[in-house]
Amino acid sequence: MSKARLMQGNEACAEGAIAAGVNFFAGYPITPSTEIAESMARLLPKKGGTFLQMEDEIASFGAVLGASLAGAKAMDATSGPGFSLKQELIGYGACAEIPCVLVDVQRVGPSTGQPTAPSQGDIMQVRWGTHGDHPVIALSPWSVRETFDLTVRAVNYSERFRTPVILLMDEMVGHLRERVELPDSVEIYPRRHPHQTRAEGYEPYNPDPDGVPDTADFGQGYHIHVTGLIHDGTGFPSGSPTVTRDDIRRLHEKISSVGEEIIHVEESFLEDAKYAVVAIGGTARTAYEAVREARAEGIPVGLLRLITVWPFADAALHRLAERVDGLLVAELSYGQLVREVERAVHGKTEVRLCGKYDMTSLTPAEILADIKRMAGRDA
Amino acid sequence: MMERSYEKYFRENRLPHIWCPGCGNGLAMKAIVMAIEEKGLSQDETVIVSGIGCSSRASGYMDFDTLHTAHGRAIPFATGIKLANPKLHVIVITGDGDCTAIGGNHFIHGCRRNVDLTVIMFNNEIYGMTGGQGSPTTPLGRLTTTAPYGTSVRPFDACHIAMAAGATYVARSTAYHVRHLAKLIGEGIDNKGFSFIEAYVQCPTAYGRKNRLGDGGAMMKWMRDNAVQLSAWEKLPEEKRQGKFPIGCFLKREAEDFNMAYNELVNRAGGAR
Repeated sequence: MSKARLMQGNEACAEGAIAAGVNFFAGYPITPSTEIAESMARLLPKKGGTFLQMEDEIASFGAVLGASLAGAKAMDATSGPGFSLKQELIGYGACAEIPCVLVDVQRVGPSTGQPTAPSQGDIMQVRWGTHGDHPVIALSPWSVRETFDLTVRAVNYSERFRTPVILLMDEMVGHLRERVELPDSVEIYPRRHPHQTRAEGYEPYNPDPDGVPDTADFGQGYHIHVTGLIHDGTGFPSGSPTVTRDDIRRLHEKISSVGEEIIHVEESFLEDAKYAVVAIGGTARTAYEAVREARAEGIPVGLLRLITVWPFADAALHRLAERVDGLLVAELSYGQLVREVERAVHGKTEVRLCGKYDMTSLTPAEILADIKRMAGRDA
Repeated sequence: MMERSYEKYFRENRLPHIWCPGCGNGLAMKAIVMAIEEKGLSQDETVIVSGIGCSSRASGYMDFDTLHTAHGRAIPFATGIKLANPKLHVIVITGDGDCTAIGGNHFIHGCRRNVDLTVIMFNNEIYGMTGGQGSPTTPLGRLTTTAPYGTSVRPFDACHIAMAAGATYVARSTAYHVRHLAKLIGEGIDNKGFSFIEAYVQCPTAYGRKNRLGDGGAMMKWMRDNAVQLSAWEKLPEEKRQGKFPIGCFLKREAEDFNMAYNELVNRAGGAR
């Protein structure tokens, strides 16, 4: 461990990226994520890496995809409006299976919204924003230290599954300052490389048994073709219905086949709970305090925190719904996470929303009041 | 002169190409491989990056590492490739719509940034892939499917944009002048910085037919008769320039390319590359 430092979530994200081997960053200034780009601009040149401020949000993610294809570990960071602009190339990255990380430090929308105010209103745009069927991995930290850890995890997942991975932060965690001790080194998932030569019939999009292809980097002599058109194992476009179906199915199954292994949740006070709060990111910190206060008043309530937001924790929620009398979804939006929780629990328990969308974060008292209502103890 | 063979630069199992009979794109693609041959670029260390549209299908036919990106985005992707691995020669193939409409912001900032890229814009003055809609380079008054009464907006001159925005090599030739075009592309490859070469190409199907310009051959004869070498163009009085256009190298400018400037920045930061 290094010595303790005081740092912001956004700074910890940059530190995590460097630790995970990110050597290329392209970005565009946007509140409240800008400190990530500023930190990378300071740190990367010292490591011999490349920092680029591009002309717009689309260009920055395009440069990241290009850099990754040339062998770099590449990252971009933005907020909701910028994320909307990048949707086109997020689909490209998913289709062409390009490892990279995109950070979204959420702020109030729609549109320019409230640029400096916290929100969790991008849960659905990170999942469904780009057109067509495609899988998404999105991770959401609740502390500065966890921002470091999840950035490392996001980089590693992007390499393992060869797909863009989203680090879904919120303004509360991005601008939160905490004392952290960071590890001296972290485990790194290396770039997958071809096991065959061209003469042996290497195909850049022919998957390994885990469903993920070992696509060569540009410059390795494989003369590969990369396209956003639906393609077969050779990487070249195909108009075949079978190829189209198999390609889209494989994109999903390379991630879904690992099941719950990548779906991380944290349970607090749930052993004997009759009620539970479900939350992500900074709001989960507030919910944790509300749950402790409710416990102090004798209400048997716990917290399920979703660390992996996508793929969604269907199984964990299903198990929880079978043993509690109600779920309270606390989130900073008009109600996005709650829809997904309702879908996951299949009506097995009552689901309530504690949502807020007025520029301020939820307070423990607000969540506590809704816990009491759920438990039949009106405040 | 020894007869050269360019077959090795093409993925013959990906041919025939999708371009219409009489299209000029194949000639422009040939000029690119002529330049690559002339400059002796390694096939293993050259990357062809394209956008979306008729022009941009060229990447799939060429036997290099090739990248068919999203519409308008070839230059940002190419920028990432070149900076992640500066050893690679990066050649961008784009079209008039791809480069100057949806990719216009990337184009001007590419010129300003001066990353060592060679960008060849196939200018057929139309959106061919989607069936003949007007592009930013369609001349005034021409008929397109989205301008059935004639275009009413002035066209861009992409070379003017490139010069104004800071490109360090800017040139134009045509599908008729293949060897000249290849020579200019070669000079663009030699230039360490952002090079822009406009390859004027004919689209007899979506543009020529609608505007009664004849078949591909007739459109190329028009290029022969109306493209004027820059040295002659400069002596041409204004009234004789009507309906004609200049070809040649318009600009060579000395400027530090991005990589060199960035390496200095890394040194200042105390790092090493």
